[in-house]
Amino acid sequence: MTVGSLRVEAALEFGAFELDLALDVEPGRCLALAGPSGAGKSTLLRIVAGLLAPRAGRVSSGDAVWLDTARGVELAPERRGCGYVFQDYALFEHLRVWQNVGYALPRRDRRAAAAPLLERFGLSALAEQRPPTLSGGERQRVALARALARRPAVLLLDEPLSALDSRTRASATRELAALLREAEVPCLLVTHDFTEAAMLGDEVAVVDAGRLVQRGTPAALAAAPGSAFVADFTGAVVLRGVARPGADGLTIVDLDGGGQVTSTDAAEGAVAASVYPWDIAIELAGEGHAGSARNRLLAEVASVTAVGGRVRLGLLAGQPLAAEVSEAAVRELRLTPGTRVAATWKATATRLTCG
Amino acid sequence: MSLFRRSIVAALVVAVLFLTVPILAIFLDTSPGRLLASLGDPSARDALVLSLETTTLALAIILVVGTPAAYQLATRRFRGRSVVLTLVELPLVLPPAVAGIGLLAALGPHGLFGVALAGAHIDLVLQTAGVVVALVFVAAPFYLRQAVAAFSAVDPSVVQASRTLGASEAATLARVVIPSALAGLAAGTALAWGRALGEFGATLMFAGSFRGITQTVPLAIYDRFSDDFPGALALSAVLVIASAALLLSVKLLGGDRGLAAR
Repeated sequence: MTVGSLRVEAALEFGAFELDLALDVEPGRCLALAGPSGAGKSTLLRIVAGLLAPRAGRVSSGDAVWLDTARGVELAPERRGCGYVFQDYALFEHLRVWQNVGYALPRRDRRAAAAPLLERFGLSALAEQRPPTLSGGERQRVALARALARRPAVLLLDEPLSALDSRTRASATRELAALLREAEVPCLLVTHDFTEAAMLGDEVAVVDAGRLVQRGTPAALAAAPGSAFVADFTGAVVLRGVARPGADGLTIVDLDGGGQVTSTDAAEGAVAASVYPWDIAIELAGEGHAGSARNRLLAEVASVTAVGGRVRLGLLAGQPLAAEVSEAAVRELRLTPGTRVAATWKATATRLTCG
Repeated sequence: MSLFRRSIVAALVVAVLFLTVPILAIFLDTSPGRLLASLGDPSARDALVLSLETTTLALAIILVVGTPAAYQLATRRFRGRSVVLTLVELPLVLPPAVAGIGLLAALGPHGLFGVALAGAHIDLVLQTAGVVVALVFVAAPFYLRQAVAAFSAVDPSVVQASRTLGASEAATLARVVIPSALAGLAAGTALAWGRALGEFGATLMFAGSFRGITQTVPLAIYDRFSDDFPGALALSAVLVIASAALLLSVKLLGGDRGLAAR
């Protein structure tokens, strides 16, 4: 398969639902399609893979045109080079693990050709098992290995973590993030969870009601959401760091890039500390500090974006951060890009998740 | 035990006895030696061979045509689909005599297609081919019903996964759909075979009862029960064993669950 950019344009009507989307993904990049259920994210993946034909549209991978309704081109799914990881993994329950992984490989030497993939995904010991005996994490690895076997030109992942329990999810997220970083093809990933999108995608495209609402890096979306919908949808801001036990039963997180935050959650090792922008209070840097908020990060205002009666502040504090304040506060504190501020919030508003 | 509990248990005992005694009687009424001796009779052997041949041929036709037809019914949504589903299941509840009359009216010498068949030198009535036609007519719905249920139960995303992995629609049918539905298809085959093996009325009316040509085991049993009761018993015993084996295979293949789920 030749590797090139994935370009998609599609229009589709389905009863009251209307989809009208256009996007492109460069090789080696992962675009996370995030949005509420029923937004049309999975529909778009199905259109790319050829499992669903739009009323009008065009899909191309590099120079290869997979779909062009205007010219009457429509390649069957088996003739497109898509590696597709389905939401429930869709494993072949009647086949052994190695037969699942090797499904797309030529019949001759299928076993030998599947071996390196089994090895890479830690499935060698499970090669003879059948899917019903596997755990959720193992099933996910089989699905990934199977999708990559044919060296696809595009990788499509539909909620690849939603079928996992919360304990498996943390390690699976790390593994998947590493895999996506290594991938040399365009990746499209669907999720309804912004935090997941931020962890796995180089960029996030927020989709709502069949339309692309906003596209950008996770930090950019959180800092300057284009609408109240995006502001709400981005939810918590994620700060990465390493946790260690502190005094009084609190946990200290040393942030990557400098600074510290405190949380009432217990954790140790690499963690993601999340805080909601509306839980963060802003004061001008240098002013006295004697509140109950345990967390205080010095930052510089990078952007000021009004979103329906509230104002989202993009902050630079080692890692990107976002705070949400009232219009009155912006006026009184004269907050503009470049203003030095302190972002403060309570230890109880800081959630820690391993990963 | 309360009177209520006792009467429930009594009802079950009565039901089981009523349903099993006639079957047991077939084996108990004559000695095993006499049963075996009756099977040595040439006419009995003719009937057994004919039943084996005609049911095998009928099943082959049902599988070859019925499997793709059931796949189409199970996976495509088209206008009039429920009507088609009802039509193919209709022979299930049709009285055998009605099935025989229907076949004569359609394919008999004076039937709708009688002239066309005669023109093509195809003779069904009073011929072995007619037996096969009657068997297919009465047994096919049993297979179709089970096969539609089995194909409907195959997860569509598994089919789509196969397509994205480079398999054509036909290859997907062979590599994923049929293996996934195999238990249900096998159960349907066993049920259809059981129905074909016991077929009596439609065969008698459409193909007649001629030894070695159209006289299958059920017809041979009827033919001899007035003057050779032990012979009728012996053939019945063979049918009971074959039917029990088919029922057992349905249970083991999980087709019973498939039926219950419908």
